[in-house]
Amino acid sequence: MARVTLRKLVKNYEETPAVRGIDLDIADKEFVVLVGPSGCGKSTTLRMIAGLEDITGGEVLIGDEVVNDMPPKDRDIAMVFQNYALYPHMTVYENMSFGLRLKKVDKAEIAKRVENAARILDISELLQRKPKQLSGGQRQRVAMGRAIVRDPKVFLFDEPLSNLDAKLRVQMRTEIKKVHQKVRTTTVYVTHDQVEAMTLADRVVVMNGGVIEQVGTPNDLYHFPATRFVAGFIGSPAMNFIPCRLEVAGGGLAARLSPEIAFPVPHAREARYRPYLDSGNLLFGLRPEHIVEQRPHAESDQHAFEVPLEVTEPMGMETLVYFEIGGVEVCGRVNPNAGAQSGHRMKLVADLANMHLIDAASGKVL
Amino acid sequence: MAVARTSMKGDRRKAMIWSYVFLGMFVVFFLTPPVYMLITSLKSNAEISAAVSPWWIFAPTLENYVELLSSPTYLTFFRNSALVSILVVTITMLVSIPAAFALSRMKFWGSATLATGVFLTYLIPETLLFIPLFKIFVFVHDLTGIELINRWWVLVILYPTLTVPFCTWIMIGYFGSIPKELDEAALIDGAGYLQILTKIFIPVALPGIIAATIFAFTVSWAQFLYPLAFTTSADQLVLPVGIITTLIRGDVFTWGQIMTGALLGAAPPLIIYAFLMDYYIAGLTAGATKG
Repeated sequence: MARVTLRKLVKNYEETPAVRGIDLDIADKEFVVLVGPSGCGKSTTLRMIAGLEDITGGEVLIGDEVVNDMPPKDRDIAMVFQNYALYPHMTVYENMSFGLRLKKVDKAEIAKRVENAARILDISELLQRKPKQLSGGQRQRVAMGRAIVRDPKVFLFDEPLSNLDAKLRVQMRTEIKKVHQKVRTTTVYVTHDQVEAMTLADRVVVMNGGVIEQVGTPNDLYHFPATRFVAGFIGSPAMNFIPCRLEVAGGGLAARLSPEIAFPVPHAREARYRPYLDSGNLLFGLRPEHIVEQRPHAESDQHAFEVPLEVTEPMGMETLVYFEIGGVEVCGRVNPNAGAQSGHRMKLVADLANMHLIDAASGKVL
Repeated sequence: MAVARTSMKGDRRKAMIWSYVFLGMFVVFFLTPPVYMLITSLKSNAEISAAVSPWWIFAPTLENYVELLSSPTYLTFFRNSALVSILVVTITMLVSIPAAFALSRMKFWGSATLATGVFLTYLIPETLLFIPLFKIFVFVHDLTGIELINRWWVLVILYPTLTVPFCTWIMIGYFGSIPKELDEAALIDGAGYLQILTKIFIPVALPGIIAATIFAFTVSWAQFLYPLAFTTSADQLVLPVGIITTLIRGDVFTWGQIMTGALLGAAPPLIIYAFLMDYYIAGLTAGATKG
């Protein structure tokens, strides 16, 4: 049973701040993913939880105990590293049992735990091999096995899948999720890959520039981003951002994107957006999947427009179309049979129920 | 395709031929002296003085070997050399492995400067040091009454000044090539620094340690200047100096015995190299590539 709590956590390297006072509550058994671009402070945060970095300010609590000055070995945590960090001179069995042997755990107990972990990870046949005789995926399993065997309060993962090829990464992602469902240990997982974050996490913590931009379930972050950064970081292809201004049109509001194109704002949002009528520094945000080909039955809040397509990218199950609005490249996702062709005009539909309005100055989603 | 293949085969052939030509020259150049020593050591003094042919033995004899191996002085040199070398290697490893670990892993104030300093001490030539050392020994004697000059064991104190810096430097490089995550994983697994050193670093860096051991052994076994300067009486001499001072009397060179003594003296390093060669090469090229 272990919660992990960060209170006003700060880390400075010399004079350079890496983490600027973050607060986070991670519940027992929860799978939390810290995600963000490189240099956002996610790994540093993880390493402070592990005890591998000194804490400049604030507190880290594991359970109810402040562990700021506790050495890593007393924190009852296990960590999986990007490059696996297996002991090259030891067999898989010795690697997995190293921590327990240091703790002088009974030999029979060690054997039981190692075999159990090996069974969970399907590496029972590899126990007598050395790390260099294993493939990347197998090494990663052993690294996870080393963590599971110790039955710690918290699992820490530092970009564990970054060294694997794309196919194996997807496979191991599922493995990690399965393992967590079996052992239910509180997990903090660091990655720069938003897909990994979305697929694994109970809650995702998006970090940028040493602060937390937003914490939420994958669906929350996707549909209700709090900032422009989160809106742009989560989702692929990324959300379209088009400079716009609000104007009064036909009793309601409309977002004017270019002299030709203005999208009516859904009625439900009007009250929320009205105070920004005079603001000249707004961004209109819409995900590519909410710009599709025109269909026979239009729904409410869908608005048709026609643009010349610059580039089309057939992906098989869909076709990405690129065009320009107000001098900005915009991406849409249409049905592959909709007849999208580069250089031709196409009728598209914007699903405005999913639009976002962003204050460009503060980066806040309104 | 077939043409390209043949020409590639031809290129390879040419490269191989040239490789063997140069390797052959290399072997002749470096193996001629030991072969010459071996031939001379199997000749009698009379045959050596007759100087009929340096490359042929007309009456092979083991008299030089018998004489040397039954001579108590030569055996004393051998014993002194062995004792000095074993003790020096032990001391060197006991100092330089922990030193290298501390300098490469435990970041403390001035550790980087200290690491460079260690290397710089290696650059000071020993020829500059033996006179000051001599003075220090005299000073110590005046102060404490302990005699340091003309004692074989004083070499055990002296040689590490040559071996420790270099071995530490090799080991810093070797330890530096061990990924940092390995000690972090061990730290989290519950190991202390001493356990990280003994259970992770020493086994992982074994090739480097063996390379350093061979280096330390070779230096102390072949060292000439210090024993020549600091030891004089026959019972305190080590091999290299012993052979020179006892087998050359004025202008009389007992060549047969000199060659035999040198050849026997070269045997221990040769045996050690033969057994540990693979490790030695692996150690010297460590860090060149990751993996």
